Formats: sequence, C-alpha cells, structure tokens
Amino acid sequence: MKIALFATCIVDAMYPRVAQATVEILERLGHEVVFPAGQACCGQMHVNSGYLREALPVVENHVRTFEAGFDSGEFDVAVAPSGSCVASVKHQHAMVADWAVEHGMKGADSTLARRADAVGARTYELAQLLTDVLGVTDAAAQLGSYLPGTITYHPSCHGMRLLHLGDRQRGLLASVEGLDVLDLPDADQCCGFGGTFSIKNADVSSAMLADKVANICGTGAGACAGGDASCLMHIGGGLSRERRTTPSGRPVRTVHLAEVLASTRESPLMFDGELALAGTPGGAR
Amino acid sequence: MTAVSLGIPAVPPRGFGNISELEPFPKYAKRELGNAQQRRNLTHATHTIRDKRLKVVSELPDWEALRDAGSAIKTEAMERLPELLAQFEEQFTARGGTVHWARDAAEANRIVEELIRAAGPDETGPDENSGATEVVKVKSMATQEIGLNEYLEERGIAAFETDLAELIVQLGHDKPSHILVPAIHKNRTEIRDIFLREMPGVDPDLTDEPRRLAMAARAHLRAKFLSARVAISGANFGIAETGTLGVVESEGNGRMCLTLPETLITVMGIEKVLPRAEDLGVFMQLLPRSSTGERMNPYTSLWTGVTPGDGPQNVHVVILDNGRTRALADRHGRSALHCIRCSACMNVCPVYERAGGHAYGSTYPGPIGAILSPLLTGIEAEENKSLPYASSLCGACFDACPVKINIPEILVHLRGEDVEERRSKPGARRLPSQFDLAMTGASWAMSDGARMGLLERGLPLGKAAAGRYGVISKLPGIGAGWTQSRDIPAPPAESFRQQWKKRDGSRPATDRPATEGESK
Repeated sequence: MKIALFATCIVDAMYPRVAQATVEILERLGHEVVFPAGQACCGQMHVNSGYLREALPVVENHVRTFEAGFDSGEFDVAVAPSGSCVASVKHQHAMVADWAVEHGMKGADSTLARRADAVGARTYELAQLLTDVLGVTDAAAQLGSYLPGTITYHPSCHGMRLLHLGDRQRGLLASVEGLDVLDLPDADQCCGFGGTFSIKNADVSSAMLADKVANICGTGAGACAGGDASCLMHIGGGLSRERRTTPSGRPVRTVHLAEVLASTRESPLMFDGELALAGTPGGAR
Repeated sequence: MTAVSLGIPAVPPRGFGNISELEPFPKYAKRELGNAQQRRNLTHATHTIRDKRLKVVSELPDWEALRDAGSAIKTEAMERLPELLAQFEEQFTARGGTVHWARDAAEANRIVEELIRAAGPDETGPDENSGATEVVKVKSMATQEIGLNEYLEERGIAAFETDLAELIVQLGHDKPSHILVPAIHKNRTEIRDIFLREMPGVDPDLTDEPRRLAMAARAHLRAKFLSARVAISGANFGIAETGTLGVVESEGNGRMCLTLPETLITVMGIEKVLPRAEDLGVFMQLLPRSSTGERMNPYTSLWTGVTPGDGPQNVHVVILDNGRTRALADRHGRSALHCIRCSACMNVCPVYERAGGHAYGSTYPGPIGAILSPLLTGIEAEENKSLPYASSLCGACFDACPVKINIPEILVHLRGEDVEERRSKPGARRLPSQFDLAMTGASWAMSDGARMGLLERGLPLGKAAAGRYGVISKLPGIGAGWTQSRDIPAPPAESFRQQWKKRDGSRPATDRPATEGESK
C-alpha cells in the first residue's frame, strides 16, 4: 500500500524522530511511504482558538495537498501520528469550509467541505491504521517491536473521544516484547494542554498537569507513552520542570507510541546513550 | 420559522440576572485554585458521583438509544416551541391554573412579587395589607438565574430555600457552586459550623454526623412548611399535551412545598416544555442516572392545575424567556437549550473540578454554563466573554451528556463568534493583540509547505536558546503562561521535512515517488 505521511506541524518541527519511527514501522511492513511536501498543519490551533478566518487557508492547503495525491493515485491512505490532528482533519475541516461560505469569505469554495470530508475519510491515526487497515495486533511478532522496561499510558482526549480509538494504542504497546504497561490512575482525564487553553487559562491547565504528572510518577514507570506529540510535549514539559525521576534515579520521560513500536532488539530506543526505560540497565529483564 | 410567527422581536431580548461572570474566568479561577480544601471537597464529590453514574448507566443496555431519544424529543420541542407553549397555556388554564409570560428576569421577579402580595397576609406579616412576607422554595435553577431571592429580600419578603444543600448555601451567605449539589464545595465540618452560627435554636452540641445535620435541618424546615402560605418552585418538565408540571427531587422537601401552601408559583423556562406525557418515560430514565447516579430519584411530583380541596388552590406558572429565544435563534448553539440540568457535564469536567463553580460567575457553571450563559446574554455582551475559553475541549462533557449536547463544538463556535465580533467592532482599528498577531503569522506559515520549511531552518536558533539543560524554561509575552509550570524541549537541529528531503534526494530517481511541488 502507498501511504502518505502527514507528519503534523509539531512532529515535523519538534519531534522528527516520531515521524522517522512512523516511516520505519510502515516500511517494515512493506508499505511505501510518501511525504507530500506541500503539507503544513491541520489548523486545529486556529479553529480551537476561534480564529476561523485564519484557519481557512491552513485547511485549504491541507485538503489541496492531500486530495491531489489521492486523486493521482500517488498514495491510497494518509496517516498521522496524532489523534487530535486526525480528529481535526475528520471533524473540523468541513466545519471551517461551511463557516467560510456562511460568512461570505472572499474566495470561499462551496465544494471545500465535501472535498475535506473525502480527505478525512482516508486519513488515519497511526494505531487505527495499524490495527484496522494493516491488521497489526501483535507488535512483537509482526513488527519485531522490543523494548524492555515499564511504561504507563495516557490516552489522549481526541483519540479516545473523537476517534474512538478504544484500546488500540494500549493493545499495541502491550504486545511489544519486554514491555510492561502499568495502569495510569485517572488515565482518561485530560492532561490540561488543550492548545491555547494552556496559555489562556494557564493556571487551571497547570493544575490539571500537576495531577497528571503525579499520577504518572505514582506508577513508578520509566516513561509515559501516548499517541499525541502535543499532549506528550505538555506532560513532558511538566515532568521536566518538576525534575521527576524514577525510583532508580533516571528522568521520567514521555515517549510516542511510534517510537516504542519502532524499537527493536537490533536498534532499541535509547535516551542519552542508554536504553530508554528505567530500571532495566543493559536491557536485561 | 420566522420571528413574526413566534411573536418575538427581531433581536431577541438578552437574559439578565445571575448569568454573568463577575470577573474574567482565568482570574477568578486562579484565586479559587488556591483554596486547597475546596479542591479536595470538589474532587471527592465529583469523583463519587461520576463513579456512581458510570455504574448505573452501564446497567442499561439501551443507554445510547435513550440518549438519542432524549435528544430527538428536545429537538422536536425546540422546533415546535411556539405551538407547544400555546398548547401548554391552553391546557394549564383549562385545569384551573394561571399562566404569566415573562420576557426577562425583571418581569418574572415583578410578576412573582405581585402574586405573593395577592396571596394575603401570613401569620408573621406586619399588617393585613402586606401580603405574605415568608415563602418556601423548592430548589430551582430558574429562580437562581433571575435572582428572585435577592429581589424579594429587598422588598421585605423572605424566601426560604428548603433543599438541604440550598439551605446550607443560603445560611452560609454563599452562592451555589453546582447546579445539582449547590454546596458541593463544603464538607461536613464546614456545614456544621454554618448551622451552629446561623440556624436559630439549633442544638449547640451538633456534630458533623450526616444524620445529625439532616435532623437539624429537618426541624428547622418543618416549621416553615407549616406556616408558609406561598411556595415557589421551578419545573423540570412542562407537558404541553396535558398542562402538567413536574419536579424531580431527592428529599421530599419539594413535595412539602408543592402540597401544603395555598398558593403555588412555578417559574419555568420556555425550553422545559415536552410535547407528550409519554416523553417523560425517556427523561425519567436519563435524568436521575445522569444527575445523582441513581436508578430512580426518591420523589417525582407531577401536578396538573387545581384539585378543589386538595393541595394549592391558587396555581400559577411564570413562563420565562430571559435570553432563551436568543439562544434558540443561534443555529449552532440552540441545542444548549436541550439541557435538562442534570450536571453530568460538571462532574466529569477537569476544569470545573479544579476551578470550582464560583469561577464561572454564572448560575450555570461548568461546561454547559460555558455555552449557555454566553448564549443567553449574547456573545457580544461583555459579561460572559471569557467563558467559552474555559475548556481544554477534552470532550468528556459531550460523552456524559444524556441529551448529546455537543458542548466542545459549540464552545469552538462561540470562540469564533467572539473573535469575529471583536474584529468587526468600530474600535477595531486598535492595535491587534499579541495573540492576534501570533495567529495571523501562524496562518501565513502553516498554509504552505515551503514557508513552513523555510521557517524550520531557524530551528537551530531555538536549540541555542535552550542552553545547557536542553530545555527552554522561560518564554516572554503570551508564551509566559506556558513556561510558568512547563519546560519546552530544545528543538531538533533539523525538521523532519529537512531529513526527508536528504533521504529522498539520496535515492535513485526512479525509486522516488512523484511528490508534488514544494509549495502547492
């Protein structure tokens, strides 16, 4: 299958390793990965902040870039390592298109909503693509995923509630060889990021983050995994600020689902030259 | 639907009363966050109700179908509102009741006062012409919204709340912080202290044992029930088909008010009307489970007009708009009027849990308040501008809502209205805010892959700014909110786009998938 990678703006600029890992997994399964160069951002930040006027060109760019590839057969589906960006493509793009028509915006295209829906219908979150389309249920057996250690898992709101990912992400993590997934108390509670919410309501957002960080550290896991780089940046920012460490004294980190799945015996996930997860020196378990 | 057939002005009246923020949400919330005891009380209470709700909801195999049915009935009611209200009036009147219409809080308050005056003096009144000076009340959000108690107090009429939690709030000279559990922010010890301080004739040895507290309240209220000549209630439902009003409660104090006094005045929002009696079958399953986590509430009272010689003989209903037609006219927001005031959204909201109900300023706190209050007053009104932003859009409220109000989507819509409205103001020639500039700049950069790529070449600058710890821990301007409690990792030396270009370039041309041009 030919798969377009929608890296998302935050992964592209801040976490290229997550995009690399996504490519790695898909190529390991024998698929061809394409990176449409015109892509930029899903526009979620603008939409959620009420700047629909500014969201329109961002949405138009996304729809134009990806529909061109679908139409020409350059790729069959698109995938993003982010539940919230996929939710935005699926649920917000048509809304922005309708809004533009309703508000008589200059150059508003009455076909944009339908085109956006068509792009949205072929766009998948990573775990969704892996399980529902590519039939991956056992990461160790099918991807050779290997990462010794303990991890806890935060299901991000948009993946959980808008995409109904259910236990797809967690299931994939649990099937990685050597990895123990520890239950996170109040896992379904928002981490407090919410895009510009974290700036406009910084105090409430910080209080939500403090509880999330405390719950993560309470599990004793070496890292918190998730499927959204933005939530992980928020949680990781809190862990870093509070200088949180595991019982064995290593920093508690965040790690993206794609990085965990891409980790193998031959090339395990490393932080600072050490095996990623705490409590497992030398990788022995 | 036209404005003419509805008999409403082209610009529906704004709602007034206790539905406006007292100060911007972020500021109020910051202060409330500092109240550690309150946060503990709130977390404990919301988690308890939340867990109970999940348990009883999971018992029903047709819960999703029930939600759909509730949503459909409410949609129908909103579409047929003028017709259903007329039918309700006809039926209510035919059964001996009197209907009054109130455009806003001021009108509703005035009507209620006149009805109380007309009810004749009670035993404690100063003279025969003063009318009643004491009334008992069934817990009601509509009367909270219009500020009825405060209005009556200023005019020498004491309105006694009989719902235990409302009583606690009233005695504590406090405001409700939750629509179902108004005293949710108080714990037992705090309640005992309020009773000892404020309840006349209370046992000075009162403990904080729940039973002892309830008995003290019971003794206090019993005297009020027996002496009051007038009761005031809200309504959970008004059945158009039969002219029936309904109240759902847990303690039986409401029923005392509904049966003992001579005069009963109900204040009901126009959106409470249901087409048919059989619709209750849906809502009586949805409401108790969503609100208190019970399979059925202890007391459901339904009354239809006057029964000679039994119960109140003067029965009135004040049908209240107070901004509701304004909300109804908002195509994207009108489903906020589907709300059955169950409070499930509050109990699952991470923002409400931390900031508490007072931070919203309005009678309606939490996620539903964040959309309902601005819809009632109109988003162009300054009073409720910060409320649509008081959410991380996590979606827990939409999941919990028994009538499927898509609160996150309406929040986004209201934010859009707010931004547009600020832009279109005559004074919009003012300098754009830092936020406006950031959004405009980001829109320019993020609507074109080539521009993004160009900007990403600046990533090494960010890496340099991160310094030796590899993180950025202080940002200026609007970014300062972020770095008050969170670091930002050092950006990578290269974006993925740059890495991919190198990889792509190193592969033989025939191997390379045909990508489109750099920009579009």
